Amino acid sequence: MSFEVQPGEAFGFLGPNGAGKSSTMRMISCVSPRSAGELSILGMDPDDAGPTIRARLGVVPQEDNLDPELTVRENLYVYGRYFDIPKRTLRDRIEELLRFVQLTERGNDRVEPLSGGMKRRLTIARSLVNEPDVLLLDEPTTGLDPQARHALWDRLYRLKARGVTLVLTTHYMDEAEQLCDRLVVMDGGRIVAEGSPRQLIEEHSTREVVELRFAPGETERMAEKVADLGRRMEVLPDRILLYTTDGDAAVEAVGARRLDPLSILARRSTLEDVFLHLTGRQLVD
Amino acid sequence: MATTPALRATGYFARAYRRTWRASIMSTFFNPTLYLLAMGVGLGSFVDRNRGPATLGHTTYLHFVAPALAAAAAATTAASESMFPVMGAIKWQKTYLAMLATPLRVVDVMAGHLMWIGVRIATAVASYLIVMAAFGTVTSFQAIAILPVGILTGAAFATPLAAFAATQDTDGAFSLVFRLGVVPLFLFSGVFFTLSQLPAALRYLAYVTPLWNGVALCRPLAAGQVGALGLAGHLAYLLGVTAAGVVAARVTFARRLRV
Repeated sequence: MSFEVQPGEAFGFLGPNGAGKSSTMRMISCVSPRSAGELSILGMDPDDAGPTIRARLGVVPQEDNLDPELTVRENLYVYGRYFDIPKRTLRDRIEELLRFVQLTERGNDRVEPLSGGMKRRLTIARSLVNEPDVLLLDEPTTGLDPQARHALWDRLYRLKARGVTLVLTTHYMDEAEQLCDRLVVMDGGRIVAEGSPRQLIEEHSTREVVELRFAPGETERMAEKVADLGRRMEVLPDRILLYTTDGDAAVEAVGARRLDPLSILARRSTLEDVFLHLTGRQLVD
Repeated sequence: MATTPALRATGYFARAYRRTWRASIMSTFFNPTLYLLAMGVGLGSFVDRNRGPATLGHTTYLHFVAPALAAAAAATTAASESMFPVMGAIKWQKTYLAMLATPLRVVDVMAGHLMWIGVRIATAVASYLIVMAAFGTVTSFQAIAILPVGILTGAAFATPLAAFAATQDTDGAFSLVFRLGVVPLFLFSGVFFTLSQLPAALRYLAYVTPLWNGVALCRPLAAGQVGALGLAGHLAYLLGVTAAGVVAARVTFARRLRV
């Protein structure tokens, strides 16, 4: 795989479980040795300059590794000390970060009973304690409820606006569409597509998709009758997907043929369509 | 002023310890008191009445057992601080992983944790010394050297055991190490009786254990009967085991954490 991230950009790795997103992230964060090839982070080689590079990175790991026994403030404090941030500077910065992630009121509470969203926000605050140039986020919102996800996205936008480079992995398409300027789709340890969300949809899907549902048992037979209405068709057990440039025209054509689907829906293509097209619908464990 | 990376890691463990230090400090004073009362005074009065002083080299059993117990406390503290907490930091709390996302390197994380274990051993030995003084068993200024010697005795346990713990995925083996390693050493390393009481085979086995070497140093130190020459062999042995443990830990920590 080969990729480059520009300063100030929000760059995403998209891919199913086991595609190699987390391994890539560990190599970028200079924790794992690279398996082979060339890797340059902030213009430095991680083998020679691991600690120097890590001093300028912020890392939000997939699994929280906060200390549940310590308080919110203590977690930020001990982490900041790993960077050798002077104690007084650190104390001021902690207050600033707590405000930023809206945890000031919980500052003296132990971490253990906090909600998943709060822990995630604290992990983000912790990753910012060294004022990093690049923030690495491994599945930042996995397992969070919609409110918590939006709160988190909002913080990430603000960081981007401040010029922080964001590199993230996700398997949420809406997250990728919301946050990423540019992304790569990974599958089986390689990059299978690269571009902005819009470009990817244009290149790997049609503008619109029509979803048709028929009575059980009818789907296969009906598929033959609508196949010519789209540029590409996908037959799933419960529905037919027609990939087309003009969804409304396809809907009208289905009506004209009197096929009487149980339901019919024309919608715009999403990154999810691209993703499933590129990485398949098979479950990978 | 900049703090060395390893000391920054030690700082974390010190901070985490602040949550439990009261209970922990209580027991580090409580245990020596109980042991010196039961073994030194209780069993001691029984031993001393039956030709004890003659066999023990004209000292009381309390004076005989107290410095050896200090060495044993260093060993047991080292064992409990270097196994479960090391594996937990890798596997459960993932403390090490958090540290490794910062400028700290694997070797800093390892050294930082080992130094913290050293602090815990030092606390255990120091509180033994204080309790020993209260029991009147410290009769020489040399006894102050029990502190560094005790730390070294503990380190000879802590470094190889931490190296071992870094290879483990569950805590199953740790209770085995205690049952088959630490407890037998505690009982048969000349803490409670001289090694000449043991059959020859067991005696030679005891000579190569770190605890016996620690006991052999601490006992004469408490009485102020150590010459520089007497120290050298045991010190060299304990330093050797500690150094081998550090080398092993560097390998196992790197293997476990650089993946």
